[in-house]
Amino acid sequence: MTGRVVGIDLGTTNSLVAYMQGDAPVVIPGVDGSNLVPSVVALDLIAAEGGRPTVTVGNTARKALIETPERVIYSVKRLMGRGLEEIQDELRLFPFRLADDVEAGEVPRIQLGEMRFTPPEISAYILRQLKRNAERFFGAPVTQAVITVPAYFNDAQRQATKDAGRMAGLDVLRLVNEPTAAALAYGLDRAKAGTIAVYDLGGGTFDISILKLRDGIFEVQSTNGDTHLGGDDIDNLLLAIALDEIHAEHGVDLRGHPGAVQAIRKAAIEAKIALSTEPVAHFDIELPNGDRYQREIPRAVFELLIEPVLERTARPCKQALSDAGITPEEIDEVVLVGGSTRIPAVRQLVDDLFHLAARGKKPHIELNPDEVVALGAAVQADILAGSSKTTEEMLLLDVTPLSLGIEALGGTVARIIQRNSTIPASATEHFTTGVDGQTNVAIHVVQGERELAADCRSLARFDLRGIPPMSAGLPRIEVRFLIDADGILKVTAREQRSGQAADIEVKPTYGLTDEQVEGMILDSFDHAEEDFAKRLLIEARNEAETILAAVERAPESPAWSQLTGEEQVGIDAARERLATLKLGEDLAAIREATLALDRATRRFAELMMDAAVTTAVRGKTMDAAGEELGEAVTAPHAMAPAEFK
Amino acid sequence: MLKVLDSAVPIACWSCSIGHIDSTLFCPHCSKIQPPPGCDFYQVFGLERGFQVDLPALEREFHRLSRKVHPDRFARAGETEREWSLADTALLNDAYRTLKDPLFRTEYLLKLEGAEIGEEFAASNGKDRKGQKDPSRVPADLLEEVFELNMQLEEMRMARSTGEDDPQLQAGLEQAKGKFEGLLDEVDRELRIQWKAWDEGDAAGRHAAQGTMVSLLDRRRYLSNLVRDVTEVLGA
Repeated sequence: MTGRVVGIDLGTTNSLVAYMQGDAPVVIPGVDGSNLVPSVVALDLIAAEGGRPTVTVGNTARKALIETPERVIYSVKRLMGRGLEEIQDELRLFPFRLADDVEAGEVPRIQLGEMRFTPPEISAYILRQLKRNAERFFGAPVTQAVITVPAYFNDAQRQATKDAGRMAGLDVLRLVNEPTAAALAYGLDRAKAGTIAVYDLGGGTFDISILKLRDGIFEVQSTNGDTHLGGDDIDNLLLAIALDEIHAEHGVDLRGHPGAVQAIRKAAIEAKIALSTEPVAHFDIELPNGDRYQREIPRAVFELLIEPVLERTARPCKQALSDAGITPEEIDEVVLVGGSTRIPAVRQLVDDLFHLAARGKKPHIELNPDEVVALGAAVQADILAGSSKTTEEMLLLDVTPLSLGIEALGGTVARIIQRNSTIPASATEHFTTGVDGQTNVAIHVVQGERELAADCRSLARFDLRGIPPMSAGLPRIEVRFLIDADGILKVTAREQRSGQAADIEVKPTYGLTDEQVEGMILDSFDHAEEDFAKRLLIEARNEAETILAAVERAPESPAWSQLTGEEQVGIDAARERLATLKLGEDLAAIREATLALDRATRRFAELMMDAAVTTAVRGKTMDAAGEELGEAVTAPHAMAPAEFK
Repeated sequence: MLKVLDSAVPIACWSCSIGHIDSTLFCPHCSKIQPPPGCDFYQVFGLERGFQVDLPALEREFHRLSRKVHPDRFARAGETEREWSLADTALLNDAYRTLKDPLFRTEYLLKLEGAEIGEEFAASNGKDRKGQKDPSRVPADLLEEVFELNMQLEEMRMARSTGEDDPQLQAGLEQAKGKFEGLLDEVDRELRIQWKAWDEGDAAGRHAAQGTMVSLLDRRRYLSNLVRDVTEVLGA
């Protein structure tokens, strides 16, 4: 039996899970009905049992960010596959701290109280939440996924993402580059041939990819980017200004108060979002000492402020065009991806870069920029599942974003696979010994475009061992470097004269070993059918309780009297039925009764909404109206069609 | 770097054990994907060796074969099939990348034909610095001009480092750049003539063309390094 393959966008700010419903990809909502799961993980260290902490992910965790920032982790994607010295700049902006006794070359550990977590473990919690959302939606286990990564992610960052998937109990069938995924989502119903540029400015990463589309084949020509450039940088600029001004005007330095910093960050993000549609945004923040910090930010000032950030996206775009060997005029379509592309100044920059307005063209924004990557991941998942008519003609040919090289004498880099080579790609190199009787040879593999190995990203050090002792220069060791379809390097070696396969000891830089990953796999119970059924039952009961609690208060609402007697009886009957079934073990029956109660109360919910709006018009806020009327009854979630027995 | 195996030797299919010729990507008996055949890049595409290649046809064949062997088609297959799909696709991609680029292709076929090539072209876009520090092969007819150019480059770098602006020097370099770019185009034209001569020639003709192409490649590499250096200094 083959289960569904889902597509996951594991983002810096938000994560999503999507699947192919018939011939269109759709996002699977969470319990709270929201498509976006904030990439925020809160760990309740006190309630930890059996060595594992209690974990909340998403909106609930985000709420904890302001009250108890010391136990909440966000933007962990920025730390994936990176070393301690690479992330110092980022850390100054995070409230969490790293364990300080980690050795050079080791994966950094985030220190929370007595506990430590690697970035892939935190990402695994997010992935597990998405997996559960999907399982809840389908009513069946989900074990296979496609996960997207920034196109400009290096080998270590890709491997870390794959490790996270494994820890979450997911078989990661493919890592797909985010801009390429976006192109797939758009490509489903677009013109059959042409050259597309995908400009992807997300929360923490920037990618540009240029693709040629022909007869269902999406062939990436070139890609470029910056894995540390995104909306976060804009938030940080606004945050820094606010903190400086608060310090100057009110004499309070809030930098040491994580909770206050988070509150200001939230206000900064709101101001940024408002400025995409309003000419001016307002800061109004209550400080811990009771003072208020108030400020207006006109859009013109904002645009001046973020210009250096946006300008950093121009060079990668020009490089990608040059690598693809084309001019801006040869780009037929531009697709905008990532929440930050809602900023008018970003759209203006894209227009200038690709000469769009001058050619009477507009960038594509038809698909929600927050969702398009997940939708594309679902398309790729469908391609891999190989069972659908919609995608059977589609094939994605992606490239490696960075050149692969080996350190040569004198610390220079000998490039063996050029950037923008279609993957899988391979190269074979021959090595020999320099000393009589030498039995091992060390190889240092790096990734990057710089001349010196020291300026490139160290990928791994390979130690070829077990070379039969011979005179210097006589052994002939053939090493094959293969970049697979996920953009991850695999190495094999063979001594040709003796025919012996040489042992390779791989020391990935900032990577986890297989054993380490194995030890970090989140509760292996997740795989057990029995446990799965139990969890679904608990979740179904929780949903039933939520809706029952809301319906029990219904007669207190003025809207109740507007219902017909028949409707009231119907609601009562559905409520009693669910209350009874909830005590039993029949999952399908509980879910069905929950849906039935939801249906029965639909008109009531509408009446309440109408009443709330009327109240608001009379001069009250929606919130106050809501309190007066009691909590609205809302559908807990969309259910999967006909998955029940 | 590539072993050319005798394609008449039958190979047993890993799946059904029936022997077949080692030049096919799929077993003719059980249709399972096979390990990469020991063939050269031309044979991957079923092409005769030649320096001139029909690029649109090459691309169509690349797409057709990609659809058959790409790992995306085997994502849920068994481990062996996934392994061979990966290896076959790597071979296909390496072959396509080499044959579609005129310089990679020229160098590859010359090597395949047994020609000794000094250094590899690591990149057609001139980004690779391999060989930059090896001035041993200055083409004789360029000695004087190269000497002159290097002086100008040095002066320009000095002027840049002291913040001076010398429009005359700038113009001189721009002119030199134009000249050397012109020489590059000339080399490319000559290469194309030799391609044709080899593709259509007999054994003796081929041998002569091969020798000419090896020296043309040397000259080309030298010129493109010069142009790159000038462009860098001008763009600084």
